[in-house]
Amino acid sequence: MKSSVIIFPGSNCDRDMDVALKKFGFENQMVWHNDAEIPKSDLIVLPGGFSYGDYLRCGSIAGKSRIIKSVIEFANSGGLVLGICNGFQILTETGLLPGILQQNKYLNFICKNVFVKIKDKENKYFKKIKKEVLELHIAHNEGNYFCSKDELKSIEDNGQIAITYCDHEGNEYEKNNPNGALKNIAGIFNKDKNILGMMPHPERMIDPFLSGEDGSLFFENLIESL
Amino acid sequence: MIEVNEKIAIEHGLKSDEYKKICDLLKRTPNITELGVFSAMWNEHCSYKSSRRHLKKLHTKGDQVIQGPGENAGVVDIEDDDAIVFKIESHNHPSFIEPYQGAATGVGGIMRDVFTMGARPIANLNSIHFGSPDHEKTRNLLRGVVKGIGGYGNCIGVPTIAGQTCFDESYNGNILVNAMTLGLVNKNKIFYSKAAGINKPVIYVGSKTGRDGIHGASMASAIFDDKIEEKKPTVQVGDPFTEKLLLEACLELMAGKSIISIQDMGAAGLTSSSIEMASKGDLGIEIDLTKVPCREENMTPYEIMLSESQERMLIVLEEGKENEAKKIFDKWNLDFAVIGKTTNSKNIELFFKNEKVAEIPIDFLAENAPMYDRKWIKAKLPKENKFSKDQFKSLKLSDCLKKVLIDPNIADKEWIWDQYDHTVMGDTIQKPGGNAGVVRVHGTNKAVAASVDSSATYCHAHPLTGGKQVVCESWRNMISVGAKPIAITNCLNFGNPEKEKNMGEFVECVEGITEASKYLNYPIVSGNVSFYNETKDKGIKPTPSIGGIGLLSNYKEMMTMELKNEDNYLLVIGKTEGHLDQSIFARNILSEFNGPPPEVNLFNEKQNGLSILNLKNKNLIETCHDVSLGGILTAVSKMSIKGNKGVKLFPIEGLVNKFEYFFGEDQGRYIIEIKPEHLENVEKILKKDSIHFDKLGIIGSNEIAYGSDLKISIDDIKEGYKKWLKEYMVN
Repeated sequence: MKSSVIIFPGSNCDRDMDVALKKFGFENQMVWHNDAEIPKSDLIVLPGGFSYGDYLRCGSIAGKSRIIKSVIEFANSGGLVLGICNGFQILTETGLLPGILQQNKYLNFICKNVFVKIKDKENKYFKKIKKEVLELHIAHNEGNYFCSKDELKSIEDNGQIAITYCDHEGNEYEKNNPNGALKNIAGIFNKDKNILGMMPHPERMIDPFLSGEDGSLFFENLIESL
Repeated sequence: MIEVNEKIAIEHGLKSDEYKKICDLLKRTPNITELGVFSAMWNEHCSYKSSRRHLKKLHTKGDQVIQGPGENAGVVDIEDDDAIVFKIESHNHPSFIEPYQGAATGVGGIMRDVFTMGARPIANLNSIHFGSPDHEKTRNLLRGVVKGIGGYGNCIGVPTIAGQTCFDESYNGNILVNAMTLGLVNKNKIFYSKAAGINKPVIYVGSKTGRDGIHGASMASAIFDDKIEEKKPTVQVGDPFTEKLLLEACLELMAGKSIISIQDMGAAGLTSSSIEMASKGDLGIEIDLTKVPCREENMTPYEIMLSESQERMLIVLEEGKENEAKKIFDKWNLDFAVIGKTTNSKNIELFFKNEKVAEIPIDFLAENAPMYDRKWIKAKLPKENKFSKDQFKSLKLSDCLKKVLIDPNIADKEWIWDQYDHTVMGDTIQKPGGNAGVVRVHGTNKAVAASVDSSATYCHAHPLTGGKQVVCESWRNMISVGAKPIAITNCLNFGNPEKEKNMGEFVECVEGITEASKYLNYPIVSGNVSFYNETKDKGIKPTPSIGGIGLLSNYKEMMTMELKNEDNYLLVIGKTEGHLDQSIFARNILSEFNGPPPEVNLFNEKQNGLSILNLKNKNLIETCHDVSLGGILTAVSKMSIKGNKGVKLFPIEGLVNKFEYFFGEDQGRYIIEIKPEHLENVEKILKKDSIHFDKLGIIGSNEIAYGSDLKISIDDIKEGYKKWLKEYMVN
């Protein structure tokens, strides 16, 4: 399986993602933002970080970068596109995913472990994961998901909510919502569920000496489902 | 052009006799640009004129030391061709004036010092000191500093893995922000600042030069008065995004063979970087200031030379490599300009619009900079307090414990480190809140531990003992995670060196640091000095911050501090004499602020530490935590809270009373968790090695209990300990 990780100026989780993808069997390549084309891939990843310094709005300038045209084409032809953290922000800026990511409700950067509930398994990203609740790690300042009422209705009707913040048993209480996201949303799909944007970083949870190992389940499923 | 005279020199922070010396050396009156250059190079921050004489005594040698003090950062060998580049630096004055930018650029500056040497930064740490929590400025300063540190480090993508936060009223008018960075480099690919060869192109890369930060270094060498708000324009403004690009571009260029020497533009900007490179290479340097990329219009040579705009580097390249280098900086969208060349004149010569605007022999600026042998007085060891039985009579252990755990200097600091990305780069195996932060050496079985420590209360009570203690505490933190202590970096924060008492504190702390680091073979490889931490005649407590690093050859053998399993035993390694003077207990519960700090016995310190590593190597230790502020009961509580397990404490033996035993701050002690089946063996080994130990208790239930004197649930102590800072920040 071939994957491509796009590097924007200011990306800083590109190496972590490269390490994780390779660990679970992907043949990964790094792609520079100013390239015109993406090499043949089964999966494109937009990694976390501060692309273009978060200037203007998080993800907005990356959303207009040279490479992004190819990402959009790839996505529209059904290719798998995964955006983590800043990558999620970029996906909303390109319009590939609905809604926006605002500053966290308590106005601080948050770096900690959270639990998320898998809301949909009819997709390649979570299909074979046996658990319902994953412990993952977040590190962001703008992860407060928001969209219009109409958009929310359509997201819910289409089963586009991918994961939500919850407690260790899967209860989606407000107190488990770290950033004020609408409906505790931590990640969403597009309608066809080939595009996933999520705030948590599975690539930081891939061995028992790190913050946890549930990230491994995510990547193991991904390589198997493709 | 402004006519230079003594009055203008004094406005630049120079003393009358220093100005006279400049005129004598030049055999003429300097012009304003030259005066600016002299004032920048001769101020305390750049010249170390009060401290140099004493810093020479520091213990800086060791088998693993590749580079000691004098470079951008220190370098130590961690085997297999890997080396760690690290340093701590202060950014105190700017952070008090403008906490966010002050702290942010402090982090940016120290990271540049590290990647200038060719190393990729792998961890950030910090030591921050604030005034009393009741002081009107404390809350906002804390909020701004934490946001600034996070804002910069998070954006670059380097994890902030450990730190230290203290509150004391002596910092009401002068907070301390000390930032530390560790970088990883191949030991055969280290870059230095020493220029070599003549007619080599001098390259400017990074951000454009603006008017920000002019005279930052002079400001850092002055005491504050009521007009500090007017100093805001001297604070630099950081742009972590540009620094991230600069980091990647520099590392890309360093992968080739075109760099002769490289130096970041930190304090005193282009002035100190160009002079330092030339001075170390025993060369001259010629710069055409017209070619410096400027952000603002009509900048004068004086402003260009003294600007402290951030994210800039000066590089001496091999001839003919300009195009190759430029391509890399173009790719990263950074400015690149050939601004001059090295010469054999041994002078710095500055040109602007085809005119020579300054010419100064480099010797005058570096070697001939003033050096003072300031007067100082030796501190006396204060008399010990004799606490009477009556003072303890009405006290209950549980009340005391609860009170100690919400002492601002003990209470949990999660509110702070939750705002720092501590997991990016995917190698953080011990997060903030433990004995030390630990990161793996990427792609290997090795890991590096790091911590920052200070003990201003002890240093204030007796500088010599305090200096020793803080080195020992750092050493102990390395041992507690199972790392072999390797080397330290020091940030020496003191008051006004022109006052004999302050100078004495400095001299004696340095002496204590030297003695301990020599004895423990824990050499100092880098650091900086920050004097004049004083507002309206009120100086800070002497605060040397020690950043230590240690090596784990197998990261899987790392130790942590949370209690692991029921029925395991807890032992205290090291003797408990019950020293309460200067302890949190004495200050917080008994309201006693005088007396000597706990004695530091370097022999015991070393033996106890080595015995822990020995037991760890035999796989006999489950958990380890050093005993520091707040004594044994505080240490046990933190271990219990983290592991969510209770402890039944055994009756204490000997002459000390229970308060002295549980809250005394004797040095050289650790608490370790041992499996029941290992107990006999561990006791045998410790006895054979003549290591003092007490059987402290056994793990079980969900409460900490001591006979009928103490019974307190984990939830009960956790509540206050975890909440104090969060509630303080919301109110």
